[in-house]
Amino acid sequence: MPVTLRLKEPPPVPLEAETLTTDATALLSHADIRALPVNLGKRQRRLDDFFDVDGERSDEIEIHGDATRVKWIGRGMTRGRIVVRGNAGMHLGSAMKGGAIVVDGDVSDWLGAEMTGGSIHVHGNAGGQAGAAYRGSLSGMRDGTIVIDGGAGLEVGMRMKRGLIVVRGPVRDFAGLEMKGGTIVLAGGAELRTGAWMVRGTIISLMSIQLLPTFSYACTYNPTFLNLYAKQLASLGCHLPLDDHEGGYQRYTGDTCVPGKGELLIWKPRA
Amino acid sequence: MLRISGGKVYDPANGIDGVVKDICIAGGKIVPDVNAPGSPEPRSGEGGRTIDATGMVVFPGGVDVHTHVAGGALNFARGLVPENHRAARKFLHTPERRAGLGGMTPTTFATGYLYAGMGWTTVNEAAVPILSARHTHEELHDIPLVDKTTLVLMANNEIVMDLLEAGETERARDVVAWLIWAAKAYGVKAVNPGGVAAWKWGKNANALFQPVEGYQQVTPARIISSLASIADDLKLPHPMHLHCNNLGLPGNFTTTIETMNVIDGHRAHLAHLQFHAYGGDDWSSMRSESARVAEAFNAHKHLTTDAGAVLFGDAVTITADGPWQHLLHQLTGRKWGNLDVENETGCGIVPYVYKDRNLVNAVQWAVGLELLLLIDDPWRIFLTTDHPNGACFWRYPEIIQLLTDTEFRKAQVKQLPAKAQQRVVLADLDREYTMSEIAIITSAGPARSLGLSQKGHLGPGADADVTIYHEKPDDGRLFTYPRYVIKSGEIVVEDGDVRATTAGREFVVHPTCDNAIEEYLRQIFPKIYTMSFDNYPVEIERLRHAQIQPCQ
Repeated sequence: MPVTLRLKEPPPVPLEAETLTTDATALLSHADIRALPVNLGKRQRRLDDFFDVDGERSDEIEIHGDATRVKWIGRGMTRGRIVVRGNAGMHLGSAMKGGAIVVDGDVSDWLGAEMTGGSIHVHGNAGGQAGAAYRGSLSGMRDGTIVIDGGAGLEVGMRMKRGLIVVRGPVRDFAGLEMKGGTIVLAGGAELRTGAWMVRGTIISLMSIQLLPTFSYACTYNPTFLNLYAKQLASLGCHLPLDDHEGGYQRYTGDTCVPGKGELLIWKPRA
Repeated sequence: MLRISGGKVYDPANGIDGVVKDICIAGGKIVPDVNAPGSPEPRSGEGGRTIDATGMVVFPGGVDVHTHVAGGALNFARGLVPENHRAARKFLHTPERRAGLGGMTPTTFATGYLYAGMGWTTVNEAAVPILSARHTHEELHDIPLVDKTTLVLMANNEIVMDLLEAGETERARDVVAWLIWAAKAYGVKAVNPGGVAAWKWGKNANALFQPVEGYQQVTPARIISSLASIADDLKLPHPMHLHCNNLGLPGNFTTTIETMNVIDGHRAHLAHLQFHAYGGDDWSSMRSESARVAEAFNAHKHLTTDAGAVLFGDAVTITADGPWQHLLHQLTGRKWGNLDVENETGCGIVPYVYKDRNLVNAVQWAVGLELLLLIDDPWRIFLTTDHPNGACFWRYPEIIQLLTDTEFRKAQVKQLPAKAQQRVVLADLDREYTMSEIAIITSAGPARSLGLSQKGHLGPGADADVTIYHEKPDDGRLFTYPRYVIKSGEIVVEDGDVRATTAGREFVVHPTCDNAIEEYLRQIFPKIYTMSFDNYPVEIERLRHAQIQPCQ
């Protein structure tokens, strides 16, 4: 039976709840979970000042209510599962190492930033910097999976090194900025400067996107490695077209101004 | 009156080595124990608090002879590494404490909490350009709990170099004296003499006896010997504090030994010697030459030095040595900050990670420890990491453990890459530091080198800066968490928690100089500086807890 948290009312300012992880709840008694320290602004408070808490000693957490202003949920978690039956705030699953997070609603910026494992599935929209590196860091997500059914904001997968990000809705500027590895699948297109400064890694777009002039066209084909991706993505609810009769992927390499060896694969249906 | 009773006292400056005795404190000073046997006027019931220090060791508060904790360069570094702040230890606001962050480049208040929390009560900010002295003093004011001194950068100051070029040594001496007081500093720092001035031409100064770019007569050797003699001439309590040329480069030990010969006859402090004791021709053949450097150093009795030890992990390199930092940036590909400080100096910043699997880093790690073990007089080598260049100051206890536990140290050497083990001599060194020697390299020695006679000992008249540690701490690592830290007679840290925050003092010197020198500088100043001469010197009123130390 999961530990169930019901938000009493949305906090007036962001609540810093990095203590709210499955690793903590797996070991703690009901009383200890209620007493977990959270910071409201600069004041330290208790978790039960904001949530009605049910259950104990479980590595599953279910959160109800509009947690838009609750930050850092699942930070650095290694196991179990967090289900958010509403929205979640910034830094959800930041630096997580394992386990799963599922969100029914929308999430804010820095979703899964610098994560090294585990999976995150957001049914709504995400903010900017999903799977990204924090300011100043050398690398963003290093493994794991992020699936966003809605759209996402700026700098998705910025400086990511490994792992997979799938965005089914549209993303904004600078997807894959300074990317160093890993894969980003953009099923709903992207705004400007996709893959700027990318060094390595793969960005797959299923819609035509505006390219930087520093990407050069190589060929149009259907890479065999996408067969494997397609199987994996199908299980995540995303269809990757592969049939030669339907079309092919235009391969662009770049960003040559770095210079980088990244690839952009843009699906082009047969006319 | 505060009495520390029953603790084992280590006070090497007064020849006390692990004797159980009482230490008495009144008025912020150590006072004679009126209850000691043989005391002229025994009294009882003197009142005041007694600390029961049974099972504990009592040390004079630590003194850091070389660190970077405030000023323009450090602040630039803080801005350059936001990723470190996120990973840093947080100091939440409490009734006793201001909020702040620890980490590689701690915020001002946190710097004081971290130093005092480890038992250190005096620090020397080792690199201040006069142009950012005002800023530095403002930051130092916000570092509570510890007393401070600053050294002003002089070896690439173009006014001084022009005077040396013209052979006007007397006037150069007066300018140095005037500049020290203008910066409200405590001494003279020389960083890569001539090299930073040459950096403005895109060059460096790698050879001690070749003229510096833009000059005919002035060589690095000339700058070094002139500044060393000026510092002696002005009777500064701390001698010239020198960061030698060719820092960090394979094969630089010859420069270091040549430098010792150039200084000969004068006092000097060689900063972070670890970075200057490498052999080999390039990065792949780099090896330790600590034995030869230590041998030369042992023979030059008028020199002191500090280790500048390296520990594996994250660091941020910050130095006035601009050309070296550019090279480091090219080597690592990490981000780089460069500051040009008009006619005075430069500055470079590069974040860095010392990796135990990396040959060069492994050699560096060993060299710092080797120097500490091979230099036989602990009164001449002091514990530093050149914070935050080699490691953060709050990791000093890790070095102490390596020095006091030979078995542990040898086990660590075995973890190094095999290739690195062949390039170092650390595995052959059996010396183990005694408690008394630790007290010397962390407190008594640096205090003596800084000329702070009221610091680094527990005799009557000394400032009541006392650190009390558990003799057998639970985690087995001594010196990590002091049981009590007493600063100027007040208990400021108890069980690792800051209990009270007192402001630290700043020691400055006022060397005498010919008053005509101000008029001389006033004439040339508008031609070469971007600011007005009247705004240049820091007013003494700016330093809210200044104390002028005599030059004698």
